[in-house]
Amino acid sequence: MAIKLTIDNQPVSVADGATVLEAAQATGIKIPTLCHLDGVSSPGSCRVCLVEIEGARTLQPSCVTAASEGMVVKTTSKTARQARKLSVELMLANHPWDCNACVRNGECDLQKLAQDMGIAEVRFPYVKPATPIDQSTDALVRDMDKCVLCRRCIGVCQDVQGVGTLAPRNRGFDTIVGSGAGDNLCDAICVQCGQCSAVCPVGAIYEKDSIEDVWGALDDPSKHVVVQTAPAIRAALGECFGLEPGTCVTGKMVTALRRLGFAKVFDTNFTADLTIIEEGHEFLTRLKKALADGDASVKLPMFTSCSPGWINYMEYFYPNLIPNISTCKSPQQMFGALAKTYYAEKQGIDPKDVVVVSIMPCTAKKFECERDEMNASGFQDVDYVLTTRELGRMIKQAGIDFLSLSDGEQDSPMGMSTGAADIFANTGGVMEAAIRTVYEVVTGRELPMDRLHVAPVQGLQGLKEAELTFQNCLDDWKFLEGVTAKVAVAHGLANARKVCEMVASGEADYHFVEVMCCPGGCIGGGGQPRLTSNDVRNARIKAIYAEDEGRPMRKSHENPAITQLYKDFLGQPLGHKSHELLHTGYAAKQPAATS
Amino acid sequence: MSNPTTEAGCGNALFAELGEFIEGQSKGRDALIPILHKAQDLFGFLPVDVQEFVAAKMGLPVGEVYGVVTFYHYFTMQPRGRHTVNVCLGTACYVRGAQKVVEALTEELGVKMGETTPDRRFSLTTQRCFGACGLAPVIMVNDDVHGRVTPKKVAAILARYE
Ligand code: SF4
Ligand code: SF4
Ligand code: SF4
Ligand code: FES
Repeated sequence: MAIKLTIDNQPVSVADGATVLEAAQATGIKIPTLCHLDGVSSPGSCRVCLVEIEGARTLQPSCVTAASEGMVVKTTSKTARQARKLSVELMLANHPWDCNACVRNGECDLQKLAQDMGIAEVRFPYVKPATPIDQSTDALVRDMDKCVLCRRCIGVCQDVQGVGTLAPRNRGFDTIVGSGAGDNLCDAICVQCGQCSAVCPVGAIYEKDSIEDVWGALDDPSKHVVVQTAPAIRAALGECFGLEPGTCVTGKMVTALRRLGFAKVFDTNFTADLTIIEEGHEFLTRLKKALADGDASVKLPMFTSCSPGWINYMEYFYPNLIPNISTCKSPQQMFGALAKTYYAEKQGIDPKDVVVVSIMPCTAKKFECERDEMNASGFQDVDYVLTTRELGRMIKQAGIDFLSLSDGEQDSPMGMSTGAADIFANTGGVMEAAIRTVYEVVTGRELPMDRLHVAPVQGLQGLKEAELTFQNCLDDWKFLEGVTAKVAVAHGLANARKVCEMVASGEADYHFVEVMCCPGGCIGGGGQPRLTSNDVRNARIKAIYAEDEGRPMRKSHENPAITQLYKDFLGQPLGHKSHELLHTGYAAKQPAATS
Repeated sequence: MSNPTTEAGCGNALFAELGEFIEGQSKGRDALIPILHKAQDLFGFLPVDVQEFVAAKMGLPVGEVYGVVTFYHYFTMQPRGRHTVNVCLGTACYVRGAQKVVEALTEELGVKMGETTPDRRFSLTTQRCFGACGLAPVIMVNDDVHGRVTPKKVAAILARYE
């Protein structure tokens, strides 16, 4: 049923249950907000969105006030303006206003609110006692002095990710956002996904900065510094320079990286294709053992392993699933291991002089590259990880005018890839890429689906399922004749939990499950430009599929550089060298609070 | 997280009792506060390992439990001493120098307000008005009221409690 109300003298009609804020937005009236996060939470605590409602005794926060029939709302009246301004002034009174030295300078919601409201000076003295900055993890920094207690991070950590690391503690003036029961994030169960840092409106949670380390390597003439970019970067980096979400900037990105001084500009897409070959064969081997050989020790479903936040989550909360997780390393780590072996050998460079830098949409990748087992090359395989946001900052630091750059192309051999690798960037993409290859390996025919897309696993629904029946199989795969493979795709850890529970209870009989830690997949990663709303997710995903469809090669097994890699170096999928360099194992972490 | 108190023998019986109590409660967040009350009755205070135990049993993140414990003044993460020293900070006491008494007490005992001495002899807390304003400034040690306290008298009062 529709409700009719008036906002700033304009008649508005909205669905029953809409808030005043939503009603205003539907009319194109902008009310400032801070704590409200679309689709996640509205604690109604910041009072930045106060409006005047006729007949109400006090001003109401529009983000949590339901629109009702006949309501008369004023958003621009003097009282409303002054009250909103006061809310921001009080926040600033508890805030060290040192914007020039702050990581969020120029892209800070609080700064912007203060500007918009014309707050030129802070009338109240700063009295908050200093809290030490928490640098205890590889991925994230927490500076609680900057926290404005909007609780967006808590909403995301508890509801979207279902991890629950963050919670408010103490009361009144002493309230802070705590992690677990200790002072430092490293002591809490945290998967380092960085989703909290992606929604924080101020400089209170952010990625641990590796820019200086990377400059150091680039400035060292004895080092050969190569860079890989994750599939999701190209669809988001442009946002750091004011481009619309969903603008693909692959060519400019490559040129910018070359200008920054990287010796080779490679692509994580290359090892995404490789992942499909290794993981696809691992999947088929598991199917064969389970279905044809009756080997009960083989665990199905097989879960994907490219998302380090998911791996962390699984190790904390569902270690029983370890035998189900693909042993494939993530594409980032496969790349590092090969750069310091295959590539170094081919180029005749001492691997100790090779520095591998990754550009990732993800903060957990910073943690992943530091894992003890990630040194198959004899060195730390990936040296430094920069988030998309950090790369944006680095390009600005170098004084590069990104928008005027011409398009460049990745170097070979580790820069060559197919459309199947592109779609690793979004939820459903790894599954689709795997199906494109697996189906063709088993039947010898191309996947018979419209434009090679597995439509049921696309899109932002939290949990997606699809079925695929093998028919007219090649001789080697006759045991799959008529078999229907069931697959599932989950993104966001709260959805991953649902799948894990269904698998643990035996309720689900999937064969293959893709999990990406972040909502929307890597395009919505914790290291991407802010703010990633669902509209932004959809725009980035659209750009990625367009990139895929524009490619001459769209199946991983068609990548000639991968064929060459097996011929010259690896031998065969799942072979001895692969096991040494490209596969890994997992271990249970501290028992989780919820186990 | 490793859980020394649960693994070592000492607290096992208490943990078992708390565990049983939790089983008997309704599932979900609502039961958290009664459960924490019970835990504090059993242990006397709520150290982190007790909170972790509660969180694990209830399937809640430990941070959430910690948040509740630190929100309510009733809950304490400090073990109680054998004697509780309670300083009145009501208006009358305050005006008559309660703050000086607080300073003398914290100095004498070497702990801050809300803390317990390492030998567990005293816990130090404050309260708003005991209703003995005529005797201001007032402190209570356990159930004994001591009136017209001056910083100088503090040591002698404490000496009476072993
Ligand atoms: S968080 Fe925002 S307002 Fe605060 S110092 Fe940083 S840029 Fe300035
Ligand atoms: S990194 Fe992820 S798991 Fe850790 S506190 Fe932030 S949102 Fe929670
Ligand atoms: S850390 Fe950031 S997101 Fe979390 S409550 Fe503070 S300001 Fe909000
Ligand atoms: S945005 Fe409405 S109260 Fe914060």
